[in-house]
Amino acid sequence: MSATCGLKVISPGFQTTVQDLGRFGYQAFGVPVSGALDHLSLRIANRLVGNPPNTAALEIFLYGPTLEVQVKSTRVALAGGGVLEVTTAPRRLVSSYQTVYLRRGDVFRAGASLRRSSCAYLAIQGGVALEPVLGSLSTSVRAKIGGFRGRSLRAGDVLPLAVYEVEQRAEWALPAVPKDDSYQPIRVVLGPQDDYFTTQAIETFFTAEYTVTEEFDRMGMRLAGPKLEHNNKGYDIVSDAITTGAIQVPGSGQPIILLADHQTTGGYPKIATIISADIPRVARKRPGDKIKFMPVSVEEAEQIRRDQEAELEKLFESIRTTDPNRITEPEELYSLNLISGVVNAAD
Amino acid sequence: MIVEFGDTIDRAVNERVLLLNQKLNRLRLPGVIETIPTFRSLLVLYDPVKTSSSNLKALIAQVLEKKTSASSEATLWRIPVCYAPEFAPDLPDVCARTGLSAERVVALHLERQYRVYMLGFLPGFPYMGDLAEPLRLPRRADPRTRVPAGSVAIATSMTGIYPVESPGGWHLIGRTPIKLFDLNWDPPSLLAPGDVVMFEEIGVEEFRQIEQAAESDLYRPAREKIRV
Repeated sequence: MSATCGLKVISPGFQTTVQDLGRFGYQAFGVPVSGALDHLSLRIANRLVGNPPNTAALEIFLYGPTLEVQVKSTRVALAGGGVLEVTTAPRRLVSSYQTVYLRRGDVFRAGASLRRSSCAYLAIQGGVALEPVLGSLSTSVRAKIGGFRGRSLRAGDVLPLAVYEVEQRAEWALPAVPKDDSYQPIRVVLGPQDDYFTTQAIETFFTAEYTVTEEFDRMGMRLAGPKLEHNNKGYDIVSDAITTGAIQVPGSGQPIILLADHQTTGGYPKIATIISADIPRVARKRPGDKIKFMPVSVEEAEQIRRDQEAELEKLFESIRTTDPNRITEPEELYSLNLISGVVNAAD
Repeated sequence: MIVEFGDTIDRAVNERVLLLNQKLNRLRLPGVIETIPTFRSLLVLYDPVKTSSSNLKALIAQVLEKKTSASSEATLWRIPVCYAPEFAPDLPDVCARTGLSAERVVALHLERQYRVYMLGFLPGFPYMGDLAEPLRLPRRADPRTRVPAGSVAIATSMTGIYPVESPGGWHLIGRTPIKLFDLNWDPPSLLAPGDVVMFEEIGVEEFRQIEQAAESDLYRPAREKIRV
């Protein structure tokens, strides 16, 4: 089929990229993992439209795109935050965590004004029709690898879809959006180079509050707060491998959290590493948000991750049908979003 | 989980890292997603839903206990490099700082076999050592925002090749016309940790010829198995 069968990008949003759960297996060759900043929301979005968890979706960063449907019909769901607004008749607002059936010619804005999260995911039933690169459809913007031509979407692009027509059926939704736990501290395991810092620095790290700065992209998040002093070992280490969630501290003493598109190796000491369960929570933070860190053991970190997976399964089981014609007023959604962490999205 | 073997750049340390890496890749332990070897440590990325660090620690300890010597075979690559002024913008500066002539810098760079300690920084970027003592300089105080693909560079005790255009802070002393990284290859990188590299000087004319052949994937640098 020609490239006109898909989702046409009317406006691209801040940075909209194709992401799946990541490109694993090539870090030994210097290839970054990439993948969704918030893999939990990606998996929820995929589940809602009936896709396998690793299906590539659109990651919306800071503010979302306007898209036009150029296939006979499709079904999409937004997860992580924001609302989906269909701007052609019949105009309607669809809350996140709910599927919507769209026809050829429908124009919609997805996550145009994210307020509570920096990222959201738009899953499309059947996924996108792109060739995987090294086993993944994730986009590494810096390395220009994968996704849609190795870059974020631009106006005029047509994202090819795998499915041109979907069945009409009852729409699915989460009865309530996942709990808002953004105010809770971010849990970390100390190290691997905590021995490059003064005792005072470690204490400061766990007691002070840090602010997410504007220097935040898919590679990393620069924080601002009390300076973390290195001890007499300095701040150059013999380069070693980096994992997502590593918190490195260069000479400035201001921590940088490394995210999905991070380099595979680096030469700054890493004071601590965010536990894998909390990486989605960190990635959802927005510039200006506050972060506090709390230490846990490796064993605790593993248990938290296992519990999280069990919670996610429960969430999946709670998915139920909803009235496809339900129209939510924007005021209602926004007020609920602002007042409470739990939005009733199904009835 | 990180298995550390030392905190220096040392051939023996790196050999132990790569040996463990090789063994773990062969074992395919359940729950291990991938391993990343570096100069001195091996990062073992695992899924805590499928395994645990205590479980892995025990398994890795067993693997480390079995005394097997590192493979005595390695792949030696001969990589063509052109040191002509148009490809070596930092050569005059390197000469000024080291007090060596350009001929001497090139001769020192050519005389050694280098070990690929690890790949990192960029897809396919090899950290190779050890550089001859007189060539060792700190990184540039003012990193470049654009280093052309193929640039052969030196910094500290290492020499490297930029596989793609990128920012960079190393001293550029030459350029290779060959491709080091291609997403259509599996693995996508020409070089692997543990490989040995020798540079061979070529002229500008030959650079252009090889560049053209490499572009259409018709050129592969010479390689052989050697005992190390």
